[in-house]
Amino acid sequence: MSKTLLMQGNKAVAEGAVAAGAEFFGGYPITPSTEIAEELSALLPTIGGTFIQMEDEIAGIGVALGASLTGKKVMTATSGPGFSLKQELIGYAALAEIPIVIVNVQRVGPSTGQPTAPAQGDVMQARWGTHGDHPIIVLTPASVPECFRLTVRAYELSEKYRTPVILLMDEIIGHMREKVQLPAYDSIPKPERKKPLGPPEEYRAYSGAQTDLVPPMAAFGQGRRWHVTGLIHDEYGFPDGSGKATQELLDRLFAKINNHLDDIVETEEYRLDDADFALVAYGGTARAAYAAVDLARAEGVKAGLLRPITIWPLAEKQLKALGGQVKHIIVAEMNRGQYVLEVERTVAGRCPVTLYAKCNNEAIAPAELLAALQKAKQHTGGA
Amino acid sequence: MFMEQLIEKYFRPGRLPHIWCPGCANGIITGALVKAIYRTGLDKDNIAVVSGIGCSSRASGYLDFNTVHSAHGRALPFATGIKLAAPQMTVIVITGDGDAAAIGGNHFIHAARRNIDLTVLLYNNNTYGMTGGQYSPLTPTNSKASTAPYGTVDRPFDLAALARGAGATFAARGSAFHAPMLVDLILSGIRHKGFSLVEAVASCPISYGRQNKLGDAPAMLKWQRDHAVPAAAYEKLNDEQKADKFPIGVLHQADAPEYTEEYAKIIARARKEGGH
Ligand SMILES: Cc1ncc(C[n+]2csc(CCOP(=O)(O)OP(=O)(O)O)c2C)c(N)n1
Ligand code: SF4
Repeated sequence: MSKTLLMQGNKAVAEGAVAAGAEFFGGYPITPSTEIAEELSALLPTIGGTFIQMEDEIAGIGVALGASLTGKKVMTATSGPGFSLKQELIGYAALAEIPIVIVNVQRVGPSTGQPTAPAQGDVMQARWGTHGDHPIIVLTPASVPECFRLTVRAYELSEKYRTPVILLMDEIIGHMREKVQLPAYDSIPKPERKKPLGPPEEYRAYSGAQTDLVPPMAAFGQGRRWHVTGLIHDEYGFPDGSGKATQELLDRLFAKINNHLDDIVETEEYRLDDADFALVAYGGTARAAYAAVDLARAEGVKAGLLRPITIWPLAEKQLKALGGQVKHIIVAEMNRGQYVLEVERTVAGRCPVTLYAKCNNEAIAPAELLAALQKAKQHTGGA
Repeated sequence: MFMEQLIEKYFRPGRLPHIWCPGCANGIITGALVKAIYRTGLDKDNIAVVSGIGCSSRASGYLDFNTVHSAHGRALPFATGIKLAAPQMTVIVITGDGDAAAIGGNHFIHAARRNIDLTVLLYNNNTYGMTGGQYSPLTPTNSKASTAPYGTVDRPFDLAALARGAGATFAARGSAFHAPMLVDLILSGIRHKGFSLVEAVASCPISYGRQNKLGDAPAMLKWQRDHAVPAAAYEKLNDEQKADKFPIGVLHQADAPEYTEEYAKIIARARKEGGH
């Protein structure tokens, strides 16, 4: 039976994890993400799952990756400083292809920064925080219902593509309360990783033979013994020091994501059809952007919003099309200008791209974006 | 069983020769591990071997179990996750002195504190072998290291005492020279329910021995023979006699609730009281 509740974003993440069939959480408390751990410490044992509070954030992701190897769907959640600590093992998960959902509820940084204030300063770290080239999927919810939906989606993508998925929230979304309608959890299909078939001796945990380039993953303890390593490895998982192995493995890791962008990349368009001026905003900032579009329309500015829901990989197709359609794009974000650089690179001169940035502990307000849209219209002249 | 048969049974076909230098004690210690596993009679499918990063940690790749070569210092979190998620599995951790006691030191004391049923086989070669002989938390004071050309100032840990102080319920020390005894200690560690530390005194003639003029591989093993004293006899020595000796054998054993069993009780209680 579905139910309607007033719920906090962080709690909706915990509920989404349970709905998706998560059975394991490992983490370390940190504001503004702690409620996710607290909720799961109560929820998981009721379904036979496991919650463990570890000695630090590195252990939090490490314990979850170990559990994932046994076939469980796992989560770790953190914020700023803890996200920095998790970076090495995020790369391990990407290279060893271990599914995991990592939640980062962003706060103001760097360092301890402003623990209870919202920011979106980890956008680039979510993409490139771990060392070395690697693909990553990052989703950004903009409402409490979306916290629930995207948590389930994060598990679908993580299991389907055998990859870490980051749910990049911000303090606004994590701590806000909204009405959310939760479906009956048994009505939600449980994401499952591909299981190996065939004789155990022939199992290759990193075979590129699959058309989707995602090798099936055997659970530990069930008869297929395999080797997991953070070294560049061959199809069986054994270290291979050759240049060819490096090239082939990284090519496959990137291709398994890049070949499926239509499945992975999700965006939302709001009043863009006839728009001349576009906002690009994600997460908590998008909430002000919807309102600003309405206000601008009322003032005669034909405005619209493109909201990346998957912020990594980049929505290149959608951004290029947008650049060809509108006269000006304004990227709004709670940082000193991170995503704007990628938008600018992708739009590649099709139209001007400017930044509306704010990083003073406060959310961007609709009136500020309205003013930015009006200014853009004045600069363009007419329309 | 002869070593050839043990190799056939427990080592992965085609993965040998190993990367270890000639004269390295890592082979002896890994051999002791498979002998102990053979004596447990456990099914290979039910065993996970998790290592960190270092020369010693490369052992996981050679062994035919469910194996993880994790990140430097992080074997214990991975192993904890496997054990918690699949408590029926036997989980063995292979680690080095740097891996376990420096970068992984925090995980080490906390895994011991939880008394989770893991067996940690710690290859103590008193150095960072893989990176070429920098000093580790187990390097004796006044030793030479590639990062201590004038000698080390740091005092080394007593790992068994550290584990005991942190809550481990089994702590033993063996040495590569006393290999048959090491097999017994590993076997006891695996059979013990709770967190077990088996420190295996290793020898690294290349990265450690050379810098400290300890002689070749046989000389380093003979040093173990001459300086290891069974725990009971060691206790009877006076401080002066103890100074250049180290005790081997089971150094600590106790009973305490095991973590995964206790967590199973939490699940039972939550299911009764909570309900989703
Ligand atoms: C995060 C990180 N820091 C440093 C290293 C480099 N490193 C690799 S092995 C090692 C030391 C290994 O020493 P030990 O654990 O004692 O194992 P041994 O090689 O002596 O068996 C170091 C410092 C690394 N791989 N990862
Ligand atoms: S460097 Fe030392 S520990 Fe490493 S393989 Fe060589 S002898 Fe063994």
